Amino acid sequence: MTIILGIESSCDETAVALVTSEREILSHKLATQEDAHRPYGGVVPEIAARAHAEKIAPLVEAALADAGLALAEVDAIAATAGPGLIGGVMVGLVTGKALAHGAGKPLVAVNHLEGHALSARLTDPDLQFPYLLLLVSGGHCQLLAVEGVGRYRRLATTIDDAAGEAFDKTAKLLGLGFPGGPAVEAAAREGDPTAVPLPRPLLGSPEPHFSFAGLKSAVMRAAQSGDYQTNDIAASFQQAVVDCLVDRTDKALKGLDFAPSALVMAGGVAANAIIRTALQRLSADHGLAFVAPPLWLCTDNGAMIAWAGGERFAAGLTDPLDIAARPRWPLDTAADSVRGAGVKA
Amino acid sequence: MIEYGLDEIGLLGKRIARSLQPGDVVGLTGSLGAGKTTLARAILAALGLEGEAPSPSFAIVQPYAPPEVTLPVLHVDLYRIEDAAEIDELGLFDDSAHQVLLIEWPERMGQRVPAEMLNLTIDFADEARRRLTATVPPAWEGRWPPQ
Repeated sequence: MTIILGIESSCDETAVALVTSEREILSHKLATQEDAHRPYGGVVPEIAARAHAEKIAPLVEAALADAGLALAEVDAIAATAGPGLIGGVMVGLVTGKALAHGAGKPLVAVNHLEGHALSARLTDPDLQFPYLLLLVSGGHCQLLAVEGVGRYRRLATTIDDAAGEAFDKTAKLLGLGFPGGPAVEAAAREGDPTAVPLPRPLLGSPEPHFSFAGLKSAVMRAAQSGDYQTNDIAASFQQAVVDCLVDRTDKALKGLDFAPSALVMAGGVAANAIIRTALQRLSADHGLAFVAPPLWLCTDNGAMIAWAGGERFAAGLTDPLDIAARPRWPLDTAADSVRGAGVKA
Repeated sequence: MIEYGLDEIGLLGKRIARSLQPGDVVGLTGSLGAGKTTLARAILAALGLEGEAPSPSFAIVQPYAPPEVTLPVLHVDLYRIEDAAEIDELGLFDDSAHQVLLIEWPERMGQRVPAEMLNLTIDFADEARRRLTATVPPAWEGRWPPQ
């Protein structure tokens, strides 16, 4: 059995966890920065970097104390090395390097997206490769064939905005606060999802990708028109996102060149109950198992980084201490570029 | 003023990219969905970027450096900045003589907008066409409109 210490700091969460190769979560600590960001309606990176720097060392100590372990008993240090807000990523990665160097432990630099991609395997021991992953978060919206540790093929991505970004901007347009996902979901519960006619970009399109920029513009026009209730706009927006995610995932499932063991959903947007239910139904329609990590593992956390680091460590993949933080870091570097709206890939 | 169809964005990006020099600051102003990121991507593509330019809304600053582009570029989105004092801490101008800044939502800088910024305002002509209006500083005289 190996024990991995995982550090995550690529966006607004500072998180540290200790996870074993037997899928035991010995401790996980999270210092959410949402309070610090709320006045800004978003994540401001310098605030994020400063807050990460203040919180990370006490969190490492607390995680070790919770698990009743000394650093010497840990087998490897895993830290997010990107993609994300560069200031925050650097704080976590440098902390990981310092711990690895000081304790003489190997460092595993983890791609934040790989953390999400493998997180379902932490809580579901039966989940086998390959599977189809819908990764939906504040910075990403992708469909990936997960074929093994470090083996990801991107089948589709957003050609403009990420799904979570659309939630955040909609929340801001509607004055619902931050974080946008839970705020829009709560407002949508009180609204009519058919009240506001909104577009479903790329619905039914032969190309595989996602698009949310046009939806965002339509939400803005609806909000400015004064013709609709805020809750109705939120509910109609959420329904439009659901329809797009289901349509694009359905298209991917119909065109797969491999037999997936399951449809897996991960990333912060996977915490949305309406979206989760819709994807679960789609999975059932395809006779496929549906796996989504528990809600706390969908949003950013240290356990998924520790787990992904552990999977890489078990595969013999460690990194030198001079590895650089990367603000952009695609999981599938061989994927065809999708540069923006109108560019076919 | 330049009017363009969204299908002509590649050509417009090339014209602007050809005119850029190290030290330039280009502001991209316009409402949500006007096409600020789309134009920034067209400029980055014309500067040689073959990979993707993710929307900087999430990370706020996306850096690009040679060899993937011919000039170092910071692609910035200030949409989520509400307090202009935060701008100082982003370090946008730390290497301003050597790189090009493409800044979406430059109005969020308030008093900190550089005097030498070329500001491009994008308005809807219709769903598929846009109007580009430039506010041209002395540094851009003879370079705008771009050829």
